[in-house]
Amino acid sequence: MPGAANGVFEMPKVTYLNAQEGIKSWLLTGDHKRIAILYLISISIFFALGGVFASLIRIELLTPGPELDAEMYNRAFTAHGIVMVFMFLIPAIPAVLGNFLLPIMIGARDLAFPKVNLLSWYLYMIGGLLTLTAMLMGGVDTGWTFYTPYSTTYSQSYVFLTGLGIFIMGFSSITTGLNFVITTHKMRAPGMTWSRLPLFVWSQYATSLVMLLGTPVIAITVVLLAAERVFGVGIFNPNLGGDPVLFQHLFWFYSHPAVYIMILPAMGVISELIAAFSRRRVFGYSFVAFSSLAIAIFGFLVWGHHLFVSGQSAYAGIIFSLLSFIVAIPSAVKVFNWTTTLYKGSISYETPMLYALAFIGLFAIGGLTGLFCAALGLDVHITDTYFIIAHFHYVMVGSTVIAYLGGIHYWWPKMTGRSYPEFWGKLSAMLIYVGFNLTFFPQFILGYLGMPRRYHVYPPEYQVLNILSTAGASVLAVGFLMPVFYLLWSLKYGPIAGPNPWGAKGLEWETASPPPTFNFDATPIVTQEAYAYDAEADEAAYQAALQQDKR
Amino acid sequence: MWAFLVTEVMFFGGLFLAYTFLRWKHHDAVVAASGHLDWILGGVNTGVLLISSLTMAMAVHAAQEGKRKATVNFLILTMILGAVFLGVKAFEYSHKWHDGLFPGFNFHWTENPAYAGGAEMFLFLYFVMTGLHGLHMVVGIGLVAWIIKRANRGDFTPEYNIPVEITGLYWHFVDIVWIFLYPLLYLIQPPHH
Repeated sequence: MPGAANGVFEMPKVTYLNAQEGIKSWLLTGDHKRIAILYLISISIFFALGGVFASLIRIELLTPGPELDAEMYNRAFTAHGIVMVFMFLIPAIPAVLGNFLLPIMIGARDLAFPKVNLLSWYLYMIGGLLTLTAMLMGGVDTGWTFYTPYSTTYSQSYVFLTGLGIFIMGFSSITTGLNFVITTHKMRAPGMTWSRLPLFVWSQYATSLVMLLGTPVIAITVVLLAAERVFGVGIFNPNLGGDPVLFQHLFWFYSHPAVYIMILPAMGVISELIAAFSRRRVFGYSFVAFSSLAIAIFGFLVWGHHLFVSGQSAYAGIIFSLLSFIVAIPSAVKVFNWTTTLYKGSISYETPMLYALAFIGLFAIGGLTGLFCAALGLDVHITDTYFIIAHFHYVMVGSTVIAYLGGIHYWWPKMTGRSYPEFWGKLSAMLIYVGFNLTFFPQFILGYLGMPRRYHVYPPEYQVLNILSTAGASVLAVGFLMPVFYLLWSLKYGPIAGPNPWGAKGLEWETASPPPTFNFDATPIVTQEAYAYDAEADEAAYQAALQQDKR
Repeated sequence: MWAFLVTEVMFFGGLFLAYTFLRWKHHDAVVAASGHLDWILGGVNTGVLLISSLTMAMAVHAAQEGKRKATVNFLILTMILGAVFLGVKAFEYSHKWHDGLFPGFNFHWTENPAYAGGAEMFLFLYFVMTGLHGLHMVVGIGLVAWIIKRANRGDFTPEYNIPVEITGLYWHFVDIVWIFLYPLLYLIQPPHH
């Protein structure tokens, strides 16, 4: 960061952070950037909470015998799942980075419906607090999937309250998705054509479509679940003539696409990072853009691969298996295109780039082990084992969380106006990478050897690998805690970043850091495609050649 | 608004899936239970809603032509028809309670006991589906009231009348849901009826 190091830059006087003062101006704000900050704070708190539950699980699994009793353990892993999925992973990238960046990236003053945006944060908080209340009262023991008829008929825990919380948080997702779709359609700056949109915007758009189409289905499923508990009618209960598999279909019709709500925005972040730190236009721009839509569409057609062992018909199984393999194609398109972007790029290894490279490797492992699970025969062997746990943690933590952190570091100077300390950033990125692999790689082996998920005790043969996993989790925890300290430190002591500390392309780097309330002093007019790094390089080469001629 | 309506379709879609399953698995019980729904009252309500859609469309048209008085009148008519629909629905609900056909709390099936489980589930879905639809009607009436207030204030001109049009879209959507609900719930009675 040449400019910052020389102290060339000054903080802009009026920014979105100080345009209005007082708690009220934050709680009633319509500014998409302030709402993003509200989300950032609340999501970080929930992430820490989910982490606490995760450490309970890892401590329990350190030894083969029981430390917590079975009941307590059930509640701990359910709480971990619910907090991480509904309160962190689903909103994380769209609600924090998407809210902050989407309008700026397309050159708009704000989202299409600022008040609806604020409403989404309140819905999220109300839903989150209800769910939290249920946990404080004793929690839920059904697993985050709420499988029936256990959840409707037998569980003595707070299923209703938790369900209500998830129902309300669902509407927070729907309103965010609605806002993003309409903003992308209606509020692009002059010259910002669809083929010039940053890939982050494309991925947010695809994510929003999934949110709009999928979330209502989980909402109605939760309503049926709750009503069934209250009325004692058995739509999902075989004893009363219903069918539990119907619940699984409805649940996964949302919850599998929800995986793409988590991963698609992460892929968008990675496209931005790879382009910025290899100084190249993303290879095959339109393929990467449309692969997001392809993933969103195929994502709706594969839910049945969660039901391979549920007794659904073999033919349904074969078709779902095939469709699940097809999702690998657009995913691989992205991975190959990122790799090709790196080729002959002028790469530099700042913290966000470390995260981006980690993402490519970890996502490849997470994605390829997904193919194991999509294979009908093999899946029967690994269903409900630690193999599945390892697989989806590679996708959700190894990919989504890594991309989220990479994005937070990359745009931190834009959000706060100050740079974080690069040394500590790199150190924590590497700790997270090592800790993550140490935690979850042994779980692939454990799962393949047959250790089932959701049990608090296990045979002593499995202990060595479990110790490795818990040790990795400790390293991971340190890695996650470090950014809390140095990012907060940088708010006051970090060097002033200036508008474009990375020398990156994109409208967000053309306005001040932090931006003013309405993002731009004048509506920008876009004349270039996204990631016009090559044009700049060409220009530099041309100038160099001119110099040569003069000599 | 179109995007919002898409989410609404998915929202009701889950219920229609549950319905399909129920009808497939407990066909006879569903037929028997459906016989307890009053197809005449349902039919009247269908007519009421269809007319309300017409008045809503007229209101949107009037707003586009800048006729404030006509807009308000058509909107009031729409609201009244919506209220009539809800009134009839409330009457039907109370009847079901009286007859002991309210799932969970007051359910006494007196016919073929083999059908009791399926029939209870059918009525459960009947209440959830029509209840959710009724909730949408209440929201719709609230929206129309808000639009009436704005129209009275003279907010709408031939150039700016999007809120009227959007409320209209919502109203028609809620109507269409009923158009599907009515035959699926009311009109599957056995031939000898």
